[in-house]
Amino acid sequence: MTDVLTIQRKNGTTRVPKAPARSRKRSARPAWEEPPTTVGQAAKGLTFAGVLAVVVVPLWIVVVTSLSTQGAINRAGGLVIWPDGLTFEAYSQMLADTTVRSALLVSFGITAVGTVVSMAVSVLCAYGLSRARSFGHRFLLTLLVVTMFVSGGLIPTFLVVTGLGGYGQWWALILPSAVSVFNILVLRSFYSGTSADLIEAARLDGAGDWRILWSIVLPTSRAVTAVIALFYGVGYWNSFFNVMLYMPTDSEKWPLQYVLLTYVSRGNGMPGSLNAGFGTIQAQTAPLALQMAVVVLTLVPLLLVYPFMQKHFRTGVLTGAIKG
Amino acid sequence: MSTAVPRRAAAPSRRNWRFRLRRDRSLLLMTLPAVVLLIVFNYVPLSGLVTAFQEYDPLVGVRYSEWVGLDQFSRLFTDPLFWGSLKNTLYLSFVQLILFFPIPIALALLLNTVLSERLRNFIQSVVYLPHFFSWVLAVTIFQQMLGGAGALNQFLRGHDLGTWDVMTDPGTFALLVTSQAIWKEAGWGIIVFLAALAAINTEQYEAAAVDGAGRFRRMWHITLPGLRGVIMLMLVLRLGNALTVGFEQFLIQRDAVGHDAADVLDTFSFYYGIATGNYSYGAAAGLFKSVISLLLIWGANRLAHAFGEDGLYRK
Repeated sequence: MTDVLTIQRKNGTTRVPKAPARSRKRSARPAWEEPPTTVGQAAKGLTFAGVLAVVVVPLWIVVVTSLSTQGAINRAGGLVIWPDGLTFEAYSQMLADTTVRSALLVSFGITAVGTVVSMAVSVLCAYGLSRARSFGHRFLLTLLVVTMFVSGGLIPTFLVVTGLGGYGQWWALILPSAVSVFNILVLRSFYSGTSADLIEAARLDGAGDWRILWSIVLPTSRAVTAVIALFYGVGYWNSFFNVMLYMPTDSEKWPLQYVLLTYVSRGNGMPGSLNAGFGTIQAQTAPLALQMAVVVLTLVPLLLVYPFMQKHFRTGVLTGAIKG
Repeated sequence: MSTAVPRRAAAPSRRNWRFRLRRDRSLLLMTLPAVVLLIVFNYVPLSGLVTAFQEYDPLVGVRYSEWVGLDQFSRLFTDPLFWGSLKNTLYLSFVQLILFFPIPIALALLLNTVLSERLRNFIQSVVYLPHFFSWVLAVTIFQQMLGGAGALNQFLRGHDLGTWDVMTDPGTFALLVTSQAIWKEAGWGIIVFLAALAAINTEQYEAAAVDGAGRFRRMWHITLPGLRGVIMLMLVLRLGNALTVGFEQFLIQRDAVGHDAADVLDTFSFYYGIATGNYSYGAAAGLFKSVISLLLIWGANRLAHAFGEDGLYRK
């Protein structure tokens, strides 16, 4: 370790630590690394500022506009960047709208039920395949992985679901996409890593596989389970295409994303006629603040859950399973 | 001891499969729901691909529909709309490969030089966020920023610079959808590269620095070789998915920009298959895409193996 101490630094040696640099502070620059140049730091800072702005500024504009009075919107000539007369008018209007209210209910319902179904199926399957040398696990694993590469595609799936009577049914929005093999593989790789000693001990105490899953494996892999639940939940919250396929005309069953699409389409004449039923519910264009309020409404649940999950993303959740 | 032999440790070889079946019956039961769902919604549709060789009639079902051999395919290959979608798909894939692919790598390298853990976490949580947005939301936000009534044109009008409705301009559509993809997914894409960077042994850097290697030589000789495997893997995945450029993204924007620019293979199946009731025709297009995609994955893997990397699966 003496090497560390003898490295000459260009501008002074005041911060050279005695111990290996890493142990001093987590964010400390290692002693062997050159001090940063001003230009380099500035360029880096600007790059990150730019990257952050690209993500944050549009969201900021959307939120501010949704909270602006009609006067502020008129003064700004459209979207509002600096708050100038704020009101919750758009939100109370939106929540009074029966379409939005039922869509909100539908979205939460689908997300909740879908996530529970997906998690139950995936956790069981992942554990079922995670025990080394169990009967048939190789065959079953192949059966799963093949579906990641080979699929019947849109039309055969559509024909199967409608053939089973799924048209216009709630289950058509959940069951066909309830299983994500990728998620199962992620869970499985974590469950395989559960301490074998712990499991053997439980087995000697007479615990069966159900008991082991519930009392040992699940509690020791809370983080990954939570992240996978988030993935599923976000997937259900964001889905709209299956609605378009299986219940395009039944506006009472539309989730929020589909309503957002219609509001956008009405507001800006953008994706005019994705379906015949479009644009017939309310003919007039929704005010800008109201449209932005709907955008915010689809965002808020994500933003509420996100901070709880964010810390788990770094734990290598994805990388373990990419090799499948 | 004889009564408490650990069940799994004592597993006899495959000869005794009855014993293993009995022993693992609860494990098998656990996989059952997932397996059933996959069979019903993945394997049964796979067999439904036979409709590509039929003139499928919803009234009589797959079993009694008329067989037409390769008619759907010969129709497909003489359809200018199909070739247009194929051309768009390949072009968009190429643009994405050039513009999108390097960004997560560059961002990850840059982020890796940020020493403050707090700052790093903050940047990560912001750039990951758009990944969790739906395409409807992402396109809405782009529409609000770049569309005819959006922030960009508000600014242009305010300064008498004319207007440019980016959202409906077919000429720049490839750039638009690529920027959308970058905005939504590039941040999330750094996660695998960060993991690979974290796996590089820091003692190597220290040794190199002591030996007088500067910042860029360290990056060239330590960091990039450390990332080689995962870059190759992502490249294989990208090439294998060359015919998949996104579905919902195009579905949402097709009517604004016109089908000439926005039809890709996936939306082709939808618009000329399901939406018009030509199920067999759409299924043929889907089958074509699946077969070519499999070949591409296989080919990309061969390529990775030729470079001495694992790729998606090992040799």
